[in-house]
Amino acid sequence: MTAAILGALQLLAFLAASPLLLGIVGRVKARVGGREGPPLLQPYFDLARLARKGTVYSTTTTWVFRAGPVVGLAAVLAAGLLAPMGAPAATLAFAGDFALLAALLALARFATVLAALDTGSSFEGMGAAREVTFSALAEPALFLGFLSLVRSTGGLDLTHLLGDGLAETWHTDGPALLLVALSIFVVALAENARLPVDDPATHLELTMIHEVMVLDHGGPDLALIQYAGALKLWLFGALVVQLALGARLADPAADFAAFLGGQAFFAVAIGLVESTMARLRLVRVPQLLVGASVLSAFALVLLLR
Amino acid sequence: MTGWIDLLFILVLVLDLFALASSRLRAGIRAVAAQGVLLALLPVALAGGATETRHVATLALGALVVKGVGIPWLLARATRESTVSRETAPLVGFLPTLVLGAFGVAAAIWFTADLPLPVPGKHPLLVPTALGTVWSGLLLIVTRRKAVGQVLGFVVLENGVFVLGLLLSDIMPALVEVGVLLDLLAAVFVMGLVMFDIQRAFASLDTEKLASLKD
Repeated sequence: MTAAILGALQLLAFLAASPLLLGIVGRVKARVGGREGPPLLQPYFDLARLARKGTVYSTTTTWVFRAGPVVGLAAVLAAGLLAPMGAPAATLAFAGDFALLAALLALARFATVLAALDTGSSFEGMGAAREVTFSALAEPALFLGFLSLVRSTGGLDLTHLLGDGLAETWHTDGPALLLVALSIFVVALAENARLPVDDPATHLELTMIHEVMVLDHGGPDLALIQYAGALKLWLFGALVVQLALGARLADPAADFAAFLGGQAFFAVAIGLVESTMARLRLVRVPQLLVGASVLSAFALVLLLR
Repeated sequence: MTGWIDLLFILVLVLDLFALASSRLRAGIRAVAAQGVLLALLPVALAGGATETRHVATLALGALVVKGVGIPWLLARATRESTVSRETAPLVGFLPTLVLGAFGVAAAIWFTADLPLPVPGKHPLLVPTALGTVWSGLLLIVTRRKAVGQVLGFVVLENGVFVLGLLLSDIMPALVEVGVLLDLLAAVFVMGLVMFDIQRAFASLDTEKLASLKD
């Protein structure tokens, strides 16, 4: 019974609380910079403001441009069903669902990239090229990390990989899991267009990656894209936090509370990384992502030993 | 407990890879210093109850002073004085060396399972760490253009030799302690570096000329 309630609660938190993570990141960055910062609920206000606006579509765009934000949001929502996010089990679990999770995230990216290319703007094409390049380098790190988890926990579904199987594995293969967690955290920074890779607050088209792709979207479309971005951050946070928490507490409700606390901590960690690190030069980004892959591969080698 | 020792070895290897990937000499020096401190912890962590405490303490203290503090400090001084702050164009790029280093480490872990060791019963990650670190150091020496980067590579290689030396620390403790002194060679390298820079700037090694820099 409690498992069913918690299962509903984890989806509710996924849908409702994910913009809050962005609020926490913004607040931490402002505080470290010595400013008061926007209110924690600012991302919600932004979404509400954008949703009230009208939309303008360029005449050169086709249905592909309009489908982009919708497909992107739908894919991320579907991916959210596959990951365990605090509750004892994910909403859907089957052998090999981690591959579908990665595929759905890739689909979301594909839709955004197509919409960006559809505008015919050279800036957006440039951003799309960068986004695709970097995510192609981030994916091996993610998959090698999943592979390490499969190897160490012996399961094939995310509920086992990031839940039941971990408690014992942290005792036997702790260092390897630590490497995987670190690698997935770097992937999370890259995939969510956070600072060492991409600056979400930049206003210079030449240096943007993700932001430049959505320049032509406005109003409700932009709200959908930003909401999907928040959901994706929550999703990646869930991967990292579930992996880091490891052992299950005796009480599932306490487990869920620990997960929410972990998500808040994840947001604070991102805020601190963004406050202390400068953005990497574009030519150096592949090095960071290959470094993350190397960490995952290293963990895998340690587990295969 | 074994988990923590594992972590020590893995951190040493991760620092190798970090040194291979970092283009800033300052960051590389910091990584080598951290590696030195970790190496100083290793003899203590590996010592069972039976081994002699005095030798373990000497080894740990020697490593901490020479590898953790002394050489990094000398290197940092050398970079400060020679105005070289980053490796600009290595002979082989940062990414290829990183991948090569990772392959080397993976191969080291792979092969040592079948390696006959003179001293059985040692930690399974000890030899892979040693070989991987030596390999990373070798890569650094071969690929870097700047003299400081090469000295960094030599220090990393030396760290690998030190880890391998721990294998024998029970049988020949004195020999391993002398091995730590091999680091003095690196110190000489660093001094040579500084001298080279002085020579280039003033076309002479006469330090009297440095006095003329006043005002």
